[in-house]
Amino acid sequence: MSAYLGDVAALARKDLRLELRARDTLPAMALFVLATLVVFHFALPGGAGDDAAYGLLWVALVFTALLGLARAWVPEGEAGALDGLVLATSDRSAIWLGKTLATLAFLAVAELVALPAFALFFARLDGAALAGVVLASIGICAVGSLVSAMAAAARGREVLLPLLFLPLAIPLVVGGVGSSISPEPGKYLAFLALYDAVFAILSWAAFEYVVTE
Amino acid sequence: MSIAKPSLTAVAILAAVLAGVSVAMIFFVAPEDADQGLSQKIFYVHVPIALTAYACFGLGAWKALRLLLTRGERYDLESYTAIHQGTIFGALTLVTGAIWAKASWGVWWTWSSNQLVLFLVLFLFYCAYFMLRFSIEPGPRRERISAVYALFGVALIPVSFFAIRLANDFIHPTVFTREGPQMTGEMFAAFCVSWAAITLVAYVMYRTELAGKRTDLHLRELREALAP
Repeated sequence: MSAYLGDVAALARKDLRLELRARDTLPAMALFVLATLVVFHFALPGGAGDDAAYGLLWVALVFTALLGLARAWVPEGEAGALDGLVLATSDRSAIWLGKTLATLAFLAVAELVALPAFALFFARLDGAALAGVVLASIGICAVGSLVSAMAAAARGREVLLPLLFLPLAIPLVVGGVGSSISPEPGKYLAFLALYDAVFAILSWAAFEYVVTE
Repeated sequence: MSIAKPSLTAVAILAAVLAGVSVAMIFFVAPEDADQGLSQKIFYVHVPIALTAYACFGLGAWKALRLLLTRGERYDLESYTAIHQGTIFGALTLVTGAIWAKASWGVWWTWSSNQLVLFLVLFLFYCAYFMLRFSIEPGPRRERISAVYALFGVALIPVSFFAIRLANDFIHPTVFTREGPQMTGEMFAAFCVSWAAITLVAYVMYRTELAGKRTDLHLRELREALAP
């Protein structure tokens, strides 16, 4: 168990260190989400109300996550690094968990930019909305890192990834928007937690089949 | 498998007969709906098609699971064919649902029908399945990646259904239900016969497509073996 967690930590740390050195993804995600929020200001007609802004926040978060996920497996694609990882780790699902944690860290940083900016530009966010963001981010990264590994094995992965990911992300958007605007956010948060559990277990169990030849 | 498969021709004839009987029952046995009139008859086609699509997606996921567990190559084609049939029936569900919506509510599309919205999500999901499948080189890797995505599909069906129910709370404050009076016995009988007919049609289409795909595969292998 501790060896497994050690593998996961090493893999996640590798991604974070790569990002700190190359700064390929994080600045792009942060800038993208800010630019999207500015676009939304012009896309929302006057008097559209806060609810519409909350809905668009979720569009911004999902697309920002897609931006990060599209780059998630790029380092592994170079020089056969993924084959090395598949041969190296004791359990292949550790690769998925490490990647999920790394993409989650990236998404969290982008959200640290996005949420204050949203509160400044549009409307305030309460505790339930923040809990919704946390839970939905876990689901986005858990499913996203698996689907992104699938897309990485295919031609035209940049085009394919959003097609694979968006239908799976619709329940997350429902839960996220519901937790932001509903007077009773509890059931939406519970739904997000359920989604996270179902799809995290499924992704964890299925990852091995996606990367092995 | 210990049980011999029934001959395809026999099943096809049975499906054709049942389809004829179901059409007759829909129009002559089942009473006309007091509320919706003639347009309610599409119910006997729309709902069985939707149920058949679910069954096809379920079969595809089951074959995908078998592929992952046993590494049996033949399950790949079976899973793919089942999902292909499911997508065809899913598209038909959308079309018949749109016709029904037009007849009873006067619009071609309504977000208040959970079933239709779910099928739209599933349609998008399974179209992406085909995109995924056709952009990976054929081989064991493609078989397994397709299988994993097919398995995600059956997890997505209940989760999406639940999500759409939840979303109705903030998209449509007034809850809409289609539960009218209970079906009469004749209506239920017509529904069941129609359901059986459409399931059999789907089965015949599945077997036919599978046979065609297998022949293609064998032919390609033969050509490659014979090529100088």
